[in-house]
Amino acid sequence: MNAPVMSATGLQRHYEVSGGLLRPTRLLRAVGGVDFALYPGKTLAVVGESGCGKSTLARMVTMIEEPTAGELVLDGQPVQPDVWASLRKSVQIVFQDPYGSLNPRQRIGTILMEPLVINRKDMSRAEREEKAREMLRLVGLRPEHFERYPHMFSGGQRQRIAVARALMLDPRVLVLDEPVSALDLSIQSAILNLLVDLQERLQLAYLFISHDLSVVRHIADDVIVMYLGRAVERGNKDAVFGNPRHPYTKALLSATPRAEPGAEKTRIKLSGELPSPLSIPEGCPFAPRCWKVQDDCRRTRPELTGDAHAAACFHPEGAAG
Amino acid sequence: MSLLRIRNLSVDFATASGRFRAVDSVDQDVNTGEILAIVGESGSGKSVSMLALMGLLPWTARVTADEISFDGQDLLNMDRRARRRIIGNDLAMIFQEPMSSLNPCFTVGWQIKEALRFHLGLDRRARHARAVELFEQVGIPDPEKRLSAFPHQMSGGMNQRVMIAMAISCKPKLLIADEPTTALDVTIQAQILDLLAELRNETAMGLVLITHDMGVVAETAERVSVQYAGQKIEEQPVVPLFRTPHHPYTAALLDALPERATEKRLPTIPGVVPGQFDRPPGCLFSPRCKFADDRCRGEPPQPCGADLGQARCFHPLSTDERLAS
Repeated sequence: MNAPVMSATGLQRHYEVSGGLLRPTRLLRAVGGVDFALYPGKTLAVVGESGCGKSTLARMVTMIEEPTAGELVLDGQPVQPDVWASLRKSVQIVFQDPYGSLNPRQRIGTILMEPLVINRKDMSRAEREEKAREMLRLVGLRPEHFERYPHMFSGGQRQRIAVARALMLDPRVLVLDEPVSALDLSIQSAILNLLVDLQERLQLAYLFISHDLSVVRHIADDVIVMYLGRAVERGNKDAVFGNPRHPYTKALLSATPRAEPGAEKTRIKLSGELPSPLSIPEGCPFAPRCWKVQDDCRRTRPELTGDAHAAACFHPEGAAG
Repeated sequence: MSLLRIRNLSVDFATASGRFRAVDSVDQDVNTGEILAIVGESGSGKSVSMLALMGLLPWTARVTADEISFDGQDLLNMDRRARRRIIGNDLAMIFQEPMSSLNPCFTVGWQIKEALRFHLGLDRRARHARAVELFEQVGIPDPEKRLSAFPHQMSGGMNQRVMIAMAISCKPKLLIADEPTTALDVTIQAQILDLLAELRNETAMGLVLITHDMGVVAETAERVSVQYAGQKIEEQPVVPLFRTPHHPYTAALLDALPERATEKRLPTIPGVVPGQFDRPPGCLFSPRCKFADDRCRGEPPQPCGADLGQARCFHPLSTDERLAS
């Protein structure tokens, strides 16, 4: 396989949370050590429930937040805050809510040209406009849309505009933070097709963040399953979905409703809820909800082991015991 | 006789730019002890029709119907007071966002006991005992302690359980759940859906599940009604609906599911749901339908017979056509 566009090792992000007056501040480990690599033309999906740190991961990758520890490398160059400004061009993001992410007072043309105004001072006004119009066509919108305002568009069209804006600077990496969760089913499929088309044409590397496993299963090449700020399973899509090794992945898959009535249901019922990220249990973070838990799980935290298909579990599925 | 019977229900909203028809002559029956799912995309009128039934629409809405009867009583011509006695008691509803449907200023215990006092007239001690019992029934651990918690002190899943406890507190005959799990994570969603199905089995209440998630429908519902742009366009039991949808919209919607995809490009439905100003004169789906002809565009179709899923379509799909297309 060719070289990764971006790779991360041991990426961490902690927040200090005030405990209240005269109480010590507490440490919230939003992301506690994640490794990944993004390849051109490939999609890496990050799945997990709310509070698992997937959005914090996106904010670090897009250089909105600085990692507390760990290393992020883009095209062989370490990503440090002093070079953020020059590197941000290569990493762009599309947010979940196309209603909140477009300025209602700006015309579509202005929205699309703004990244160029800031980052490409060498371009003339006419060049910028030409590029914006071309991008509009690329994402399947019509030329007359250039002069319109966001409120005149439907949710699906707005998401196309958000994608177009992210592509204005010819990025190598596109972070997609729940890009279709806010869209209706009939619109969702069109946007997913658009993303697939653009990836093929522009050889983009996608970091696709989602909680919807059926969408991930469709679009991803590789998958990372996160739980409480750590990757619990990582591997090729077919391996992770077809043969999940971590109990949490298995439970997540079995909890996802399938659009097939009467299909046999062997739903694993997880008792309890996600612990607060302020008090992540010692040992395996999933231990309090796991049905296979043993003493060693509560004492020491399992590391992500295995090469292509890795799971952070002492008693993985499919193994003896 | 069905528990809930709605005939020709329409809801119009008076907006600044004119009249907007959100629900368009919908017929719906719900039987005792059954789980009916109403599916549709945003703007399909699935929530509005049930809010109309509950009398929870703002004054800008005008509700018209030939018949709305619940458990033999005529809800349409009933005065507000009598209706208030039924709603929250025999007819209960839970909403999508548990955090915003509970009052943040009062403990959840206070809120659940209010319903018990108003509808059942229990005394203080009986109210407390019943509240504890209800919390146990919906699977809230440590109910005594949780009764004195405020909504912000609990998670979304726990708050939804409180809402469910409140809704079933008066042993309703019909529970309407409007997107009860949309705001929740999948593992919590599975717990809540199981809980609702269990409660149905225990109490034999009817359950109306409003959702846009085809997976939830397939796993939970027994009968499914599909809505599009305010109209009911198809109704079938769940298994045949997923196997042989008769309305082209239902078929297209099912094909667009990523999990049914056979290749990298998903089948799509071109265009968007018609809005206030571009409602077509004929079939509402005709601008987006690949089977539409001149008749579809000019004349609104009437529902077909039950064998064709009451599809509002001139060219309902049969099994053979679907396999061929």
